[in-house]
Amino acid sequence: MSPHELLVVPMGYGFMVRALAATVTAAAVCAVLSCWLVLIGWSLMGDAVSHAVLPGVVLAYVVGVPFALGAAVFGFLAVALIGVVRDTSRVKEDAAIGIVFSTLFALGLVLISVTPSQVDLHHVVFGNLLGVDRADLVQITAIGGAALLVLLLKRRDFTLYAFDPVHAHAIGLNPRLIGAALLGLLALTCVVALQVVGVVLVVAMLIIPGSTAHLLTDRLGRMLVIAPALSVCASVVGLYLSYHLNTASGGMVVLVQGAVFLLAYLFGPRHGVLGRRVAAIRSARTPPPPAG
Amino acid sequence: MNAVEVDGVTVRYGDVLALDRVSLALGAGRVCGLVGVNGSGKSTLFKTITGLVRPERGAVRVRGGPPALARRGGTVAYVPQSEAVDWAFPVSVREVVMTGRHGGLGLTRRPRRVDHEAVDRALDRVGLTDLADRRIGGLSGGQRKRAFVARGIAQQARVLLLDEPFAGVDKRSEGTITRLLRELAADGAAVLVSTHDLRSLPDLADEAVLLMRRVLVHGSPQEVLRPDNLARAFGLDVGLREGEPA
Repeated sequence: MSPHELLVVPMGYGFMVRALAATVTAAAVCAVLSCWLVLIGWSLMGDAVSHAVLPGVVLAYVVGVPFALGAAVFGFLAVALIGVVRDTSRVKEDAAIGIVFSTLFALGLVLISVTPSQVDLHHVVFGNLLGVDRADLVQITAIGGAALLVLLLKRRDFTLYAFDPVHAHAIGLNPRLIGAALLGLLALTCVVALQVVGVVLVVAMLIIPGSTAHLLTDRLGRMLVIAPALSVCASVVGLYLSYHLNTASGGMVVLVQGAVFLLAYLFGPRHGVLGRRVAAIRSARTPPPPAG
Repeated sequence: MNAVEVDGVTVRYGDVLALDRVSLALGAGRVCGLVGVNGSGKSTLFKTITGLVRPERGAVRVRGGPPALARRGGTVAYVPQSEAVDWAFPVSVREVVMTGRHGGLGLTRRPRRVDHEAVDRALDRVGLTDLADRRIGGLSGGQRKRAFVARGIAQQARVLLLDEPFAGVDKRSEGTITRLLRELAADGAAVLVSTHDLRSLPDLADEAVLLMRRVLVHGSPQEVLRPDNLARAFGLDVGLREGEPA
């Protein structure tokens, strides 16, 4: 197969061009957000919010308001409910997260089953990358672009919040507000990624890129470049693979993300399991510097 | 005007009484040692002074005003316990010190030239200039503490609160940190340090507070270290032998 057939021919189809644009947008914004999520320890929270937005999306469709609004409302509702269950009962946080998000997700499934047939359950749960139409793409790029802009403009606040919220408070910032903003951006980002890989796999886009980048560098500033770069590349490769191999596009995108993580895990120069060994062997072979 | 005034403060976590009518005043230019067993309310007292914990009764004033005003003015710097910090966080020493300037920066918190200079001076003062671009977790225990003190210096804080800065720190670093805190006090800062190291208390502090949910003694280090006082704070078995404070 020539490079032309491999790379250019697929883009002769409008649906592939839109799919590519949607994938790149979702991959970039999810990856940037994921850097903070994995450092704060909010991976499970990402999982929870991405599932919990489902009833919001369905209700927004029924009422006729933008998906993002419904998703944001239910994203916040999920976070609030998790906090309430954790703080007012003997249930621990991980259990509270599991209870709240699975119940809200189930509510979404039930709502889909009683709404008119235009909301396709399969598309919401597993994504409908090749079915992204012009209106979807406008919404994805608008929400994704806005979320990305806020994340990058306020990145120093988010980093301070992730590293030392007590200091943030001591110098007059409002850590609760910063945390709430991050969760709000998480809910919006879920809407973007939902169209690409579906509810079930959004969490992969929100956890894998940040974790991979964390294995490759000791600087958050570099993580914020490495994570989206790798995630966008992996997603584009995944999309092409799904076209040529005729496989599920959302699944393929996440599969490639996982493969990239595996490579970083094994061969990362400083923090990879094999990379560390190689470095140790090399330094053992290097003769010690002459004394004196 | 005192740098910090704690006036009849009571703090409760649910049913647990953490601070019971605590009153104390800290003067500018002095180092005050805070001594007490685990659970005696030392960390809660710090949190009350920064306003992170609201007292059930009583009031805190920092430089004559409410803690919220002091926070916005960058008056108070807090050096956390080692356990409270994620040492795997991908952030450099310089970046940590720069967060001391954060409150005074604009919308995107982009540091200006004067901020970079303030950070350079702070790093120089604590002797970490050569290690500035290391990851914070790559430093030794004592160097980590100095990095956080440098953050307070860059912040130009007038009140420094240090929670167990000598835990897990070797003797030489402890001496360095003690000297640094004495210098900062000499420059006019009020320094409140919680510590378990009773032997070096007289070298470190001008005055000391013995805390057991309430203030048992507030006086000179020698007075706090009197065996009968320590016995009240630490239980009867400790420090009763002559010349063996702990």
